[in-house]
Amino acid sequence: MICSGGEIVIDCLKRNGVDVIFSYPGGSLTGFYDTLFDSDLKHILPRHEQGGAHAADGYARATGKIGVCMATSGPGATNLVTGIGTAYMDSVPMLVITGQVVSNLIGGDAFQEADIVGITRPIVKHSYLVTDVKDLADTMNEAIHIATTGRPGPVLVDIPKDVFAAKVKYEPNGRIHLAGYQPNTEGHPMQVKKLLKTLETAKKPVIFIGGGVKVSKGATEELIKFAHAVNVPVVSSFMGLSGYPATDSQWIGWLGMHGNYASNMAVTESDFIIAIGTRFTDRSTGRLDRFAKNARIAHIDIDPSSISKTVDIEIPVVGDSYNVLQMINKYLDDYKWDKCRQERDEWFETVKGWDKEKPFSYKFSDKIIKPQYVIETLYKVTGGDAIIATDVGQHQMWTGQFYKYKFPRQFLSSGGMGTMGYGLPAAMGAKIGRPDKEVFCVSGDGGILMNMQELTTCVQYRVGVKTVIINNKFLGMVRQWQQLFFNKKYSDTCLEVQPDFVKLAEAYGCIGMRAEKVADVEAVLRESLKIKDRPVLMDFVCDREENVYPMVPAGASIDEMIIR
Amino acid sequence: MEKRHIISILVENKFGVLARVAGLFSGRGYNIESLTVNSTDKHDVSMMTIVTYGDDRIIEQIIKQLRKLINVLKVRDLTSYNHIERELVLVKVYVTQKYRSDIYNMVNTFRGNVVDITPESMVIEITGDNDKLQAFIELVRPYGIIELIRSGCLAIGRGSKATSEMEKLKQSHNNK
Repeated sequence: MICSGGEIVIDCLKRNGVDVIFSYPGGSLTGFYDTLFDSDLKHILPRHEQGGAHAADGYARATGKIGVCMATSGPGATNLVTGIGTAYMDSVPMLVITGQVVSNLIGGDAFQEADIVGITRPIVKHSYLVTDVKDLADTMNEAIHIATTGRPGPVLVDIPKDVFAAKVKYEPNGRIHLAGYQPNTEGHPMQVKKLLKTLETAKKPVIFIGGGVKVSKGATEELIKFAHAVNVPVVSSFMGLSGYPATDSQWIGWLGMHGNYASNMAVTESDFIIAIGTRFTDRSTGRLDRFAKNARIAHIDIDPSSISKTVDIEIPVVGDSYNVLQMINKYLDDYKWDKCRQERDEWFETVKGWDKEKPFSYKFSDKIIKPQYVIETLYKVTGGDAIIATDVGQHQMWTGQFYKYKFPRQFLSSGGMGTMGYGLPAAMGAKIGRPDKEVFCVSGDGGILMNMQELTTCVQYRVGVKTVIINNKFLGMVRQWQQLFFNKKYSDTCLEVQPDFVKLAEAYGCIGMRAEKVADVEAVLRESLKIKDRPVLMDFVCDREENVYPMVPAGASIDEMIIR
Repeated sequence: MEKRHIISILVENKFGVLARVAGLFSGRGYNIESLTVNSTDKHDVSMMTIVTYGDDRIIEQIIKQLRKLINVLKVRDLTSYNHIERELVLVKVYVTQKYRSDIYNMVNTFRGNVVDITPESMVIEITGDNDKLQAFIELVRPYGIIELIRSGCLAIGRGSKATSEMEKLKQSHNNK
């Protein structure tokens, strides 16, 4: 059949299982929008392209399906950049379609022209500029394939206005020819056996998981089986949170700068670390030359370039977390697990003892709202079942510390890029993908203002996202650093001038609520759960100078935590 | 310890491949000492040869990161193989009639060619590895170098084993 480029784009999206796109119109997309008007593809109109990108990201993280965002050429496309970078750093499968100026104007500094392929090159998994409508279908299929397989990531397809309009004979075929792209997903049995052999005699083993576990379907279940069978404690990176149920007996906590004492000590003292789907970032490892000095390390990861990048790995296993964990469980019975059973049981007791000794904690007050209390109460009133998205800063760390995550894809946070303004649009995308779940955005009084316009989008499409603002009238995390390392010089981190968030929420057509007294916290959160048909914004007026602890200072090793 | 490595990268001849490879080096802070690229015997496949410096961890990362690029088909560190390497230099030297035969002697010793002569200059072409070219350049420097241009390094593995193409070629010969 004869189709236009726009029709081909929509058909390819639908054939690849895409049911919603987050897209903002513009000059180069006018033809596409004309086609879109007549299709049944669900379209969400964010109020800023960055919001659209984060919404596609949140949708992808919450559902496991590809998130699709679109914007017009020039400023539309450049507004996506932060969203693309955020998705890239956290390995989120995303398809980014940008309009481009008419082919024969490219390179001439035309109106709304930007070399978006060039601008985004370091922050995409791959990108295309489609110059001929004949290539469009194959490009779309390849782009979706690349974004969703191997280590996932954003793929950008830049389509000139005339290519959207051009007509061509189109036969849907799903053809993919990528000679240079064959991700290794299986895991080598020899390496898996070497890992198990080493574990057999390990006396202080630890399993250390990252975001790769929660995005590999079924990996969590296999991991639970494995961790119980060999009685090994499980810790995670910040990105790995919700990859292992925090209510399970093997769970210890998370590692790194604001992780718990027991996790940091367990890794420091361990003699064998099994790392799965993590990339050993500076935030997890602290000072590298003192990281896990006594441990041999096995590393399971789908991306070979993550292995031995920062930390030397003795046993690399390249493969998908689920596949490798399944293989591990298959071979489990070939090894004797009672060899060091007693030492391992004692080790587990030691690790649990550390957690009892110094758990995540704060000093409750009945006079002033402690931010940690808000998160704890949020956990209580949602029964630990809500999907939680965060912004970046102190509230993000407290949301990692005081909410116990139960299932993969429950915790959405910009771990790699640390993007303020991520929370609300990501929560919106998540709620659109998972309307069956309560979705909360936990934000700060700084971050919420960065993409607040998306409340309008939530109102328009009746997306019942609930936002918790931990309001301390500070850019709290930077203020904390200024307090601890810069002699309390609070240079431009004070946000005393701020809007009335409740009135602002009402102006947007949302429900706005405020809690100023400790006794109101639970009531406000419970009240929000009753509201189903519109977004809710809650302003929690918190203790201004509460700090996030424990804290590993920059450049220190992870056993050198400031506890309080 | 930092060592010199010759990385040969077989790539699909597609839009933006050079920018992706070069951007990877600059974005991650790796060095490029020289870079050469042209198509192979197949018009849709190109070979890039990059000379770089780094310790073992850096070189391992460079190779892994290159392999991650979608348009990269194959990456080899030729330094770990027995290989042949060549560079080309074109040098324009200030030479009057008086010294012309001296220069000819040097060029012959270095198995080069004189490719242009004017009353006051000669253009000389020499191929070889880095050391040989450097030696020649030092030799003619006292006469006065007017202009000099060098290509990047080209390198190829010795012997027949190096490529999987060999098997395909053998088969097609047998079939004939």
